[in-house]
Amino acid sequence: MSFEDYSGIWVFIEVKDGEVVPVSLELLGAGKELADKRGTELAGVLIGENVTHLADTLYEYGADTVYVYDDTIFKNYRTESYMKALLECCQKYKPEVILYGATSTGKDLASAVATDLPTGLTADSTILDIEEDTGLLLASRPAFGGNIMATILCKKYRPQMATVRPKVMKALSPEPGRTGQLIEETASIKEEDIRTKVLEIVQFTTQKVRIDEADIVVAGGKGLGSEKGFQVVHDLAETLGGAVGASRDVVEAGWVEHHHQVGQTGLTVTPKIYFAIGISGAIQHIVGMQNSGLIIAINKDPEAPIFQSSHYGIVGDAFEIVPLLIQQFKQAFNQEVVDHV
Amino acid sequence: MLHIVACIKQVPDTKIIKMNPKTNTMDRASAPAILNPYDAHAVEEAVRLKKRYGGTVSVLTMGPPPAVKAIKKCIEIGADEGYMISDRAFAGADTLATSYALTKAIEKISQIKPVDLIICGKMTIDGDTGQVGPGIARRLDMPPLTSVNKVKEINVEEGYAIVHRKLEDGYEVIQSTMPCLMSVEKEINEVPYSSMTNMLKAARYQPVIWAVADLEDVERTQLGLKGSPTIVSKVWAPTKPSGGEMLEGDAAQQTEQLLDLLLKKKELFAVKGGSGVEL
Ligand SMILES: Cc1cc2nc3c(=O)[nH]c(=O)nc-3n(C[C@H](O)[C@H](O)[C@H](O)COP(=O)(O)OP(=O)(O)OC[C@H]3O[C@@H](n4cnc5c(N)ncnc54)[C@H](O)[C@@H]3O)c2cc1C
Ligand SMILES: Cc1cc2nc3c(=O)[nH]c(=O)nc-3n(C[C@H](O)[C@H](O)[C@H](O)COP(=O)(O)OP(=O)(O)OC[C@H]3O[C@@H](n4cnc5c(N)ncnc54)[C@H](O)[C@@H]3O)c2cc1C
Repeated sequence: MSFEDYSGIWVFIEVKDGEVVPVSLELLGAGKELADKRGTELAGVLIGENVTHLADTLYEYGADTVYVYDDTIFKNYRTESYMKALLECCQKYKPEVILYGATSTGKDLASAVATDLPTGLTADSTILDIEEDTGLLLASRPAFGGNIMATILCKKYRPQMATVRPKVMKALSPEPGRTGQLIEETASIKEEDIRTKVLEIVQFTTQKVRIDEADIVVAGGKGLGSEKGFQVVHDLAETLGGAVGASRDVVEAGWVEHHHQVGQTGLTVTPKIYFAIGISGAIQHIVGMQNSGLIIAINKDPEAPIFQSSHYGIVGDAFEIVPLLIQQFKQAFNQEVVDHV
Repeated sequence: MLHIVACIKQVPDTKIIKMNPKTNTMDRASAPAILNPYDAHAVEEAVRLKKRYGGTVSVLTMGPPPAVKAIKKCIEIGADEGYMISDRAFAGADTLATSYALTKAIEKISQIKPVDLIICGKMTIDGDTGQVGPGIARRLDMPPLTSVNKVKEINVEEGYAIVHRKLEDGYEVIQSTMPCLMSVEKEINEVPYSSMTNMLKAARYQPVIWAVADLEDVERTQLGLKGSPTIVSKVWAPTKPSGGEMLEGDAAQQTEQLLDLLLKKKELFAVKGGSGVEL
C-alpha cells in the first residue's frame, strides 16, 4: 500500500427524513480543519434516494466535492447496500481519512467497512487532529466507561477511519452560494444481493423535544427517589420549554425511556442551559453534558461531584427548590411579558 | 433446532475502577473482573430463544485463563456449552484482530454443530467500541444486525429472523436471512437470578479451551498486536470542568439569584413559544 495514493478527508453523510443529520454537518466542520492542515480537499459521500440536491447544503457547510449514490436501492439504510457503495467509492478514489457520526447508522456502517477494507477504526472519538506532514490521524476517545481518554493511531493502513460523537464538533456557519464538484456514481449492488429488508420504521411521538437538539435540558437523577418524585423535572422542563434528560440510573429504574439518557451510554447534549437535579455527577454522566453553555446543579449533598462540573450550584432539597423556582419563574416571566406590552 | 453462539467478554468493573492520580493509569486491582453486562443480556436472549424454538446455546470468549469465570457465569444464566480461545498470540488485539480470532473459533464450533445465529452485546464497558460484532458478521459473510432491542420472530425452517433495531428516535423492523449476527441492547431483556440447578452446573463446568494451534487456517499475522491496525498511543485522565459558583442563602434567595441568571437568557424561553408558560 502506497500512502501517496491516498488523499482527501471524507465524511459519510447521513440523511434522515430527507435532511442531512446534524452530526454530518458537524463532521464537515471538523473535516475542514483537517483538510486545511493537510492542504487537501474535503468531500462528502452522500448515499440515499432522492438525495442529490442535498449536495448544495454540503458545499455551504464546507465540502469541496460530493460523491453521490442516488438510487431507490438506498431508500432505507441497510448495511450491505451502503457498505458496498462506500467500499467501491473508497477503492476508486482512495481517501486518506473517513469520518462517520457515532450514530446507530454510522457505527454500523463504519464497522462493516473497516472489516472489509480492512483498516483500523477508532470508535466514538471526541477530539480529532492530524499530523500536517504525515497525514497521521490523531483520534482521541473516552474508554473504560469515561475513566480515561486515549489517542488512537492507525499507522500502517489507509484510509484511517473514526466514528465521532454527535454534538462534540462544531459545524461551520453555512456560506450561502458556495459550490463544489458533484461526482455521481452508481454501485454494483443489486436488490437480490441484499439479505435484509426494512419492513417498517416506527418513530416515537411522545418525545416532544429531542434532548440533543434542545436549547434547555432539565435532567434529573436517582436522588429524586421515585417516578413520582421525578415529576418535578417534567414540570420544570415544561415551564421553561425545555427537554427532559436523565441519568442512567433513572432510565434503569424505568422512570423515563432510554432516549432521555445523557452520558457515555446515552446521548451527548450541548444545550445552552443544562439543569442537573439530584444527579451525583459520575464521570459517565459528565462526559455527556460538560460542553453545555450554562450548567446548573441542584443537589442536597454539598460534596456531590456534580458541583465540580457546574457553573452554578444550589445545595438544597430538589423538592423545595424546584417548585419554588417554577413559581418564581412563572411570575417573573409573566411580569416581563406584561412590561413589554 | 437452533444453534446459537453468544460472544462474551470478561471486563474490569469500570463503574468502580479507580485511577492512579500519579500515573494516570487504571488501578486494575481496584475493580473486580465481571462478565460484560451487555453480554449477560446477549446470553439471556440466546437462552430465551432456545426456550422458544428449541436448540443449544454455546458461549465463546477470547481472553486470559481467568476468563473461565465469565463462562461459568453464562452457564448460570443457562448456556449449554462454553468455548474459550486463549493464547499469548491473541494479546493486544484491537477490534479487527479480535473479530478475526473469534471468527476462526466460530468456524471450528460450526464443524461441531452448524451455527444459525450469533449474538453479541452492544458493546463492552472497557474498550466500548461496539465494533467486534459487525466485524465477525462481515468475516463470516452474515448480515450484521446491530442495536437489536427485540427479536420478534425466528423461522428456522424458512431461515429468517425479524428483529427491532433501535434508532435515535424510534426503531425499525428488519427481516434478515439466517444465519445472521445480532448485537443486542440492554433493554432487550432482564437477566433473572440463576436457578440453583444452573449454579451447580456452572460450579462444575469446564469449558473447551483452544490455543491458536487448535484453530484451522489461521494467518498468524492477523492476530493480536501484529494484526491490529489501531494502536493506543497515549492515555490520560479526562479533565473535568472546574466548579463554579455556589449560590448562597435560603431556598428562596437561592432561587431568586438563579432566576436573575435565567432571565438574562430569556430569549431562549421565548423561542420555544413559552410552552407551558402561561402568558
Ligand atoms: C460503562 C458505564 C456507562 C455509564 N453510562 C452512563 C450514562 O450514559 N449516563 C449516566 O448518567 N450514567 C452512566 N453510568 C452510571 C454512572 O456511573 C452513575 O451510576 C449514574 O450516573 C448515577 O446516577 P445518578 O446521579 O442519578 O444517581 P446517584 O449517583 O445515586 O446520585 C443521586 C444524587 O441525588 C442527590 N439527592 C438525593 N436526594 C436529593 C434531593 N431530595 N434533592 C436533591 N438532591 C438529592 C444525592 O446527593 C446524589 O448526589 C454509566 C456507568 C458505566 C459503568
Ligand atoms: C483505551 C483503549 C481504547 C481502544 N480503542 C479502540 C478503538 O478505537 N478501535 C479499536 O479497534 N480497538 C480499540 N481498542 C481495543 C479493543 O478494546 C479491543 O480490541 C477489544 O478486544 C475488543 O473491543 P471492545 O472491547 O471494544 O469490544 P466491543 O466491540 O465493544 O464488543 C462488542 C461485543 O463483541 C463481543 N466481544 C468483544 N470482545 C470479545 C472477546 N474478547 N471475546 C468474545 N466476545 C467478545 C461481545 O459480545 C461484546 O459485547 C481500545 C483499547 C483500549 C484499551
